Amino acid sequence: MTATSDREQMAYVSSQAADARVNVELDTGDMTLNIGPQHPATHGTLRLACRLDGEQVVVAEPIMGYMHRGYEKLCEVRTYPQCTTLINRIDWLGSFANEVPFILAAERLMEVEAPPRAQWIRTILFELSRVANLALFLGDMGVQIGALTPVFFAFRDRERVLNQIEEVTGGRFHPNFDRIGGLKDDIPKGWVEETRSVMVKMRTFCDEMEDLLVGNEIFQARCRGVGVIPPEVALGYGLSGANLRASGVDWDLRRDANPGLAWDQVDWRVWTHPDGDSFARYWVRLQETREATHIVDQLLDGIPSGPIMAKVPRIIKVPAGEAYLSTENPLGEMGYYIVSKGDLGPFRVKIRTPSFNNISIVPWVMKGVYVPDVITILGSLYFILGDIDR
Amino acid sequence: MTDEAPAEETALPDEKREALLAHFSESLGESLVESHLQPHEDLWLRVTAESWQDSIRTVKSAGFEYFGFLSAIDWDIAPEGRYEDTEFDSGLEEEDDEPVEIDNSTGHGGGDSRFQILAQLYSLSRQVGLILKTDVGEDMTVETIRDVFPGADWHEREAHEMFGISFRGHPTLQPLYLPTEFEGHPLRKDFPLLARQVKPWPGVVDIEEIPEHLEAQLEAEVMAAFEANGGAS
Amino acid sequence: MTTLLALPYWQETGIKLGLALVVIPTTSLILVYLFLFKMMAFMQSRLGPNDTGPYGTLQLIAEAIKFLQKEDIHPAQADRRVFRMAPVVVLASTFLLYVVLPAGPDAVVEDLDTGVFYAMAVSSLSVLGILMAGWASANKYALLGGLRAAGQLIAYELPLILAVMGVVIQAETLNLQGIVEAQATGEIFGFGGIGNPFILTQFLAFLIFMIAAQAELTQTPFDMPVAETELVGGFHVEYTGFRFLLFFMAEFGTAFAFSALASVMFLGGWWIPGFDVDDNILNVLGPGVMLAKILLVAFFIFWVRFTYPRLREDQLQKFAWKVLIPLALANIVLTGIFKVVF
Repeated sequence: MTATSDREQMAYVSSQAADARVNVELDTGDMTLNIGPQHPATHGTLRLACRLDGEQVVVAEPIMGYMHRGYEKLCEVRTYPQCTTLINRIDWLGSFANEVPFILAAERLMEVEAPPRAQWIRTILFELSRVANLALFLGDMGVQIGALTPVFFAFRDRERVLNQIEEVTGGRFHPNFDRIGGLKDDIPKGWVEETRSVMVKMRTFCDEMEDLLVGNEIFQARCRGVGVIPPEVALGYGLSGANLRASGVDWDLRRDANPGLAWDQVDWRVWTHPDGDSFARYWVRLQETREATHIVDQLLDGIPSGPIMAKVPRIIKVPAGEAYLSTENPLGEMGYYIVSKGDLGPFRVKIRTPSFNNISIVPWVMKGVYVPDVITILGSLYFILGDIDR
Repeated sequence: MTDEAPAEETALPDEKREALLAHFSESLGESLVESHLQPHEDLWLRVTAESWQDSIRTVKSAGFEYFGFLSAIDWDIAPEGRYEDTEFDSGLEEEDDEPVEIDNSTGHGGGDSRFQILAQLYSLSRQVGLILKTDVGEDMTVETIRDVFPGADWHEREAHEMFGISFRGHPTLQPLYLPTEFEGHPLRKDFPLLARQVKPWPGVVDIEEIPEHLEAQLEAEVMAAFEANGGAS
Repeated sequence: MTTLLALPYWQETGIKLGLALVVIPTTSLILVYLFLFKMMAFMQSRLGPNDTGPYGTLQLIAEAIKFLQKEDIHPAQADRRVFRMAPVVVLASTFLLYVVLPAGPDAVVEDLDTGVFYAMAVSSLSVLGILMAGWASANKYALLGGLRAAGQLIAYELPLILAVMGVVIQAETLNLQGIVEAQATGEIFGFGGIGNPFILTQFLAFLIFMIAAQAELTQTPFDMPVAETELVGGFHVEYTGFRFLLFFMAEFGTAFAFSALASVMFLGGWWIPGFDVDDNILNVLGPGVMLAKILLVAFFIFWVRFTYPRLREDQLQKFAWKVLIPLALANIVLTGIFKVVF
């Protein structure tokens, strides 16, 4: 079977790379190129061991673990409220969205339900982190392709969203705001209007990106037909989020498996693209960012009144049981499989991160592409290192 | 793919999952050891280790084409507990009426062995997910499912390095996260967490006390700020 | 042409050398650099370069100090001699370009009869330096960058020269001063009010020249040899401190020189369209006029650079061989026909 020989080749590449003899042999045959761990396109410390024939990639094998922090083990020795501190740091660009599925899973085990106002504000903050996270992607993709300007616009406008998140939670990056049974605090005065004006600005930002990149012939030439992932392959690898939807699979956990947040209360749509290439992934994320601003707008209109915290004991003990709960995070399906034994802390937490699955397709999709396409594909798959390594 | 029944109505029977359970009891037959249905939440199916790959295939052919994740559980009780400082913990027990009781069962679907493998799959057309489990026997080996779901490749590598479970038929069970020379399987319950052994975790009460020599100074500062604000607000 | 001053040969040579070695590159570098800083900062809403010090001028000093204080590192496996020579070779090609750039009727270092030919020849010398840097660094990224640069510069040298051919045919001279004269005294179908800036009659050639120059200068959208996000800087990835500064200076110096070439050949150089000014006054005004034209051309180069993404190497080659070269050839044929008919 060809798959086996490919695996052998990959093993060979990895062993070669492990020797770290990057600069030694420059023969006329294939060349091993280490992209990363310190490389501008790897958003941190992912390493791609590529075997090149000229500029064409023969095999590419991701090597990771440079940022493995052992969160699953650490969660086992902490109490539930303490776990959210760690969980914040998995996908550090959309931190609040990380907390939600964990808290929801714990709530499911405790059979507690947060009051509607808390669920509503959770959804708003969730979508705000999506906007902040995806805004950076929209600009960063430009840098991967070689256009410097979009990323500066992205940093500028993302800051507005982060300010809104900070105003509620007190943290720009790591809010640690979600509690079992509700939220830590209510939203401050005047926040709703400010957020609404920020959402208008973010829509302008989306239009700018559309003008700067989506409509650009060079961008299209670089992205169209590059890194095509057919839907059945995407499903088999467990791709999620915009990567899945860009392959034409109409699947969004916000709509199809809503765990009780306010998404079913507002009017929005799931964007898909039939092509499955890098351009489709960019396009879908752009539309999703815009859709998220509309979701936030609608949610802001209808925040119900009431308490933001349900009645929960001071010392949280979660009854024995198991629960898997996932939500549609900015990067894709983020889920927590919590096993509880009735203790103060979880017995086992399996963190199902979107980037881990999304990046596992790299060896498949990068066969035979050119070196510049490696960067395009890596950029369009959109991963966060903390999200892969945990 | 439009509106689903809202999840709050837990009183209603979960017909979708019950139908699934009935379907799989039939198609999996002997391989299905035990099952557990949590209405409107999830469905657990425990299959025999020998039929692991075939069961996955059967479930996939029934429409569960989306691979969520694969992982393992170590059901042993950690010998060190959660490394909590006994002083703090004992203080808590007094406050709290009922002491913490450790449940010794092996989760939904039951189990007979220390290690279990679980995989989560979705059926996109039914909008429902399920979790398959299997016991890992003494030989610590199960069949690989990377031929069924290519995405399981990395998950199996991870389970291999974290729990020491081997996957028959997997060609590259190299470590994914850990350095090549790393010894041991970190997510096993008997694997010590060194940082905690060196310094115990304060547990629930993790408020650091203000050092004595700073206390008076801080109090004065707070009072000064209070008075500067006019005393009232 | 009348001469403004009659100087002994050695004095003249001394002044020319001083100009070529110090004044022209430094002023051009600072100008382009400020221009780059300020405009880029404005376009990309960066704060630093527009806010540090009065009008952001301190940023320039900060950058210069940053480069100078950095350690000079040689990779262990590098071919040290070639590694050190490479940036000098690249910079030398820039210096040589300045020799023929006219800034006034007499304000030119060396008025060569085959100025165009010479400029095209020395400008392609830089690829040698880039290849040397890429090879000697003993780094795979640098090697890939060097090879990309070689492939790209060879592919774009051809449309560049073919585009210039149109101008040469129309001006009937290879001398850059002659080209300026031809534009000053020329007529467009009998109308001579503004002379004949070749950008009007050779617009296609101008476009091809600018695109090819963009590729020669390795500016976005043709910056694959440096490609920060892929090759982490390409051929100069291993260079630090002053050696990197040499590459940097060469990049912007060449950008200035190419803008100057474009303004000489297509915009009329030091000549002010529509005004009949005495040569002696033009010797004084010329540099200012040139500078204005150069900045205009450079503005377009950098505007494109900050706006566009990067092409892929194969797309770039296809564009050169399948679009630019046929177009440039068609332009030569058309120019020839018009030359014979009119």
